[in-house]
Amino acid sequence: MVRWFKPVVFAACLLPVAHLLWAYYHDGLTANPIEFITHSTGDWTLIFLMITLAVTPVRKLTRQYWLVRYRRMLGLFAFFYGCLHLTTYVWLDKFFAIREMLADVAKRPFITAGFTAFLLMVPLALTSTKWSVGKLGGKRWQALHRLVYLSAIAGVIHYKWLVKADITKPVRYAVLLGLLLLYRFIVWLRSRRAEAPVAKAQTQVS
Amino acid sequence: MTSAAAVAGLVFRELGYPAQHASASTKIDGIKPSPFSTTETVTPAKDVTTYNNYYEFSTDKGGPSVAAKDFKTRPWKVTVEGQVPKKQVFEVDDIIKMASPEERIYRHRCVEGWSIVVPWVGFSFSELIKRVQPLGKAKFVEFTTIYSPGQMPGQRSSVLEWPYVEGLRLDEAMHPLALLCFGMYGESLPNQDGAPLRLVLPWKYGFKSIKAIDHIKFTDKQPYNTWQRSAPSEYGFYSNVNPQVDHPRWSQASERRLGEFRKRPTLMFNGYEQVASLYSGMDLKKNF
Repeated sequence: MVRWFKPVVFAACLLPVAHLLWAYYHDGLTANPIEFITHSTGDWTLIFLMITLAVTPVRKLTRQYWLVRYRRMLGLFAFFYGCLHLTTYVWLDKFFAIREMLADVAKRPFITAGFTAFLLMVPLALTSTKWSVGKLGGKRWQALHRLVYLSAIAGVIHYKWLVKADITKPVRYAVLLGLLLLYRFIVWLRSRRAEAPVAKAQTQVS
Repeated sequence: MTSAAAVAGLVFRELGYPAQHASASTKIDGIKPSPFSTTETVTPAKDVTTYNNYYEFSTDKGGPSVAAKDFKTRPWKVTVEGQVPKKQVFEVDDIIKMASPEERIYRHRCVEGWSIVVPWVGFSFSELIKRVQPLGKAKFVEFTTIYSPGQMPGQRSSVLEWPYVEGLRLDEAMHPLALLCFGMYGESLPNQDGAPLRLVLPWKYGFKSIKAIDHIKFTDKQPYNTWQRSAPSEYGFYSNVNPQVDHPRWSQASERRLGEFRKRPTLMFNGYEQVASLYSGMDLKKNF
């Protein structure tokens, strides 16, 4: 397998926002640009969450262990698109009306779910550095970063709760997420059966 | 590996909209202006013909303008039946000739929270009612969209129950604002906007303005409209635009007028106060 340079992958991760900018200048944001940007950034947040969650199964199943080197970048891009998505809501939808936003989070379940999904990503972004791994210790860091499962679940629920009638796309994400979590569940079951000696391997600072 | 492939598939799908097409239309002659028209800024035709909720073709806003390109709108028969002296099957062009065409520039408010201003062409539905003379038992009018899954890919999915059904109380249907519509921007309706014949009910949420009508039934039973059937707690029969009655999952207090940056407050009955008398004494929170 080709080992791509990090800058290339970084640039690729920026393509969705570059495409949005291109579309803005070429009248390609549809008749409702704010809605299009909101949906697009939301989709890409979920996509990058899925890609990030796919790193571990893919690297283990294909034995391309070096893939883990890209996991942090991919996870931070999920947070990046999540920030863009939240900014679109806070600025272009609510125009920074704080009381309205608090009312939304309290009264509109899909916004509660979305806001929860975002909040769960914040500590992960803040502790994404090697320094944090060192400070927290591998085991605690890994436990904290399992919050990404909850964030992804909240994100999919957010999507399902906002569509009018066509649940095709939310269901697709749910199925994909289900598979990615199922993999981890199976791994966890197996490690329980193997017991003590395997637990030492948890200190792998992947 | 399957996860990676699935993700790659998602990535490709998200990479942008297909090229937009607006279908060719023919000019309508003899259009008269109407006192019911608003003076607000008209939404550009390009937006109204490429941003459509028309689930028979696609659940993506940009989908219908592509998927409806080859939709056949002639020959087109419209059946008028039920509580009428006799069932009649009209050629749609004979219905279009029933009265002189007017341009009605109406505000159009979608239940999702966006709105447009469209110069529709048509005449009051009451003109058709006058000509078919419904019987005394008729209390409601039920409209049905054509069932054509061969041409309408969305009808092959179960996102909604097909064919699409909508309805009005007879006095709502008799109101001069209720428009039997066959054109917009001076030309015949593009396929993605409901050709060849649709309703436009400017004081109600857009999904009530049923498209591609081929059945009109006068009945004594309140029609069970498709969106109410789909989610009865979210979509009702009346569906009057009402900033005080929220959708269970989102607020209806404001809307985004396409082309505008800031949202604007939603108006009761979409600003068409003249229909208020139809609902005097009714609890509009219960009868949403």
